[in-house]
Amino acid sequence: MKAQELEALRALIAQHKRYDVLFGVVGLVATMVGVVTLLALFIDLIIDGWGRLTWEFFTSFPSRRPEEAGILSSWVGTVLVMLVTMLAAVPMGVAAGVYLEEYAPRNWVTTLIEINVTNLAGVPSIVYGLLALGLFVYILDFGESILTAGLTLALLILPVIIVATREALRAIPTAIREGVYALGATRWQLVSEHLIPYASGGILTGVIIGLARAIGETAPVITIGALTFIAFLPPAPFTIDPATGQPAGLFDWLFSPFTVLPIQMFNWVSRPQPGFILNAAAVGIVIIVATLAMNALAIWLRYRIRNKIKW
Amino acid sequence: MVGPVKAEARNFNFYYGQTQALKNINLPVAEHKVTALIGPSGCGKSTLLRSFNRMHDLYPGNRYEGEIMLYPDNVNMIAPKVDPIEVRMRVAMVFQKPNPFPKSVYENVAYGLRVRGEKRKSVLDDRVEQALRNAALWDEVKDRLNDLAFNLSGGQQQRLCIARALAADPEILLFDEPTSALDPIATASIEELVAELRQKVTILIVTHNMQQAARVSDYTAFMYLGELVEFGPTDELFVKPKKKQTEDYITGRFG
Repeated sequence: MKAQELEALRALIAQHKRYDVLFGVVGLVATMVGVVTLLALFIDLIIDGWGRLTWEFFTSFPSRRPEEAGILSSWVGTVLVMLVTMLAAVPMGVAAGVYLEEYAPRNWVTTLIEINVTNLAGVPSIVYGLLALGLFVYILDFGESILTAGLTLALLILPVIIVATREALRAIPTAIREGVYALGATRWQLVSEHLIPYASGGILTGVIIGLARAIGETAPVITIGALTFIAFLPPAPFTIDPATGQPAGLFDWLFSPFTVLPIQMFNWVSRPQPGFILNAAAVGIVIIVATLAMNALAIWLRYRIRNKIKW
Repeated sequence: MVGPVKAEARNFNFYYGQTQALKNINLPVAEHKVTALIGPSGCGKSTLLRSFNRMHDLYPGNRYEGEIMLYPDNVNMIAPKVDPIEVRMRVAMVFQKPNPFPKSVYENVAYGLRVRGEKRKSVLDDRVEQALRNAALWDEVKDRLNDLAFNLSGGQQQRLCIARALAADPEILLFDEPTSALDPIATASIEELVAELRQKVTILIVTHNMQQAARVSDYTAFMYLGELVEFGPTDELFVKPKKKQTEDYITGRFG
């Protein structure tokens, strides 16, 4: 190759490499937009709300005076609603996932159901709230209660759990299934004694991610009529109600009015006094930390289980 | 020409959907002997093997025709009225790749018994030890029965799968190329085991390694393009095959 040609070739390569560098820069900027935004949000919340995160903040009911207001009723509400959500969504989601993956015949009806399940994940959450208002509040008469909220959010995260269950099941090799069948097992023995235990890590990850989504949901919970100002806790089982003198039943708390963290935050954000804005930021920190902690738990579980079971 | 017969394929056909994979197979499986199925890839030997414990029933569109008789009860194992689960409880199988469950060594072997409803700890303990001894694995794993089975070596895992299949006392044991994923030393130990196990159980083994068939089996069937070309005592079939195709295959002219 002549020196001149070599020069031209090198110039060409250098030109091509410029695009390479250019995209590297564009890509980095695009990536940082997400990271920086999240960080900025979080730092802003911390600057505003950190001072309010005292023990009293977690043990006080909301109040008209911002410096006395706390989130006792809303965090208890969130925990109870999540409990109902989990108890309803996990068995239903796992059962549906197992059925679709292992039992359902491969035909157009199944395909239609599968497409529907995937699409359900994309339905705006407020629409679930509307459905729940009609079904749980008006038709089933569960009231504007913890039960209604828990079931509504369970519907919302059902697709997440179904999809996670199916993916976890699909990761189990055919050789294991055939090995179980070859010993004379029935399909239910395969599912209950092998597939669900082996898929439990993946299922658990899906459950946590679903709950992490549900914990921050506001719109559907407002739609079903959660209150924004609650200065009492749901009745704990067997405690005496001071108004009636009767002990509360085991499940009375399910039908209690309630509020949750994002609604408390929403309520404070819309107040004019600057003190409430600080409170709102403090609740924001609590919600973000809870969400991040749940996601971290999901990642850790996935990592641990991947190390334990290698197909 | 064979002694007591444990099972027998008679005018057996098999279809994957519209495709006929096995054509008019007639094959006796001698009791307490090792019968080997050999032939080039795609000849249908694994398909035939998997018919003996109804594995094809797991997938839609598969169809059996004819008979695979089990003696002395004289049942046609592939008849639709016969429950495939019942067949699999009597005819166990060891697969190509070791497929232990992600459970302990003990639980792997005990599973076949648990499926049959055995819950008594003492019985399980005894049968697990017996099966591991029969699979020549007891001495290597007796101190690590609670270890995850995945921690065993490939050869140990395959012997564990044999122990798992043996634990429930099957009448026939099917082997589908059991050494194809193993190194030569592990292969030798499995072959030795197969040869020994014939005293306890009737064995049908698929192999694409002709030396292996010659070493471990009493009878050999040569299959080609879904048909059974030739069947006979192993030493006769390898020394003086009657059919030209068999001779070509075992002398390495094709396949």
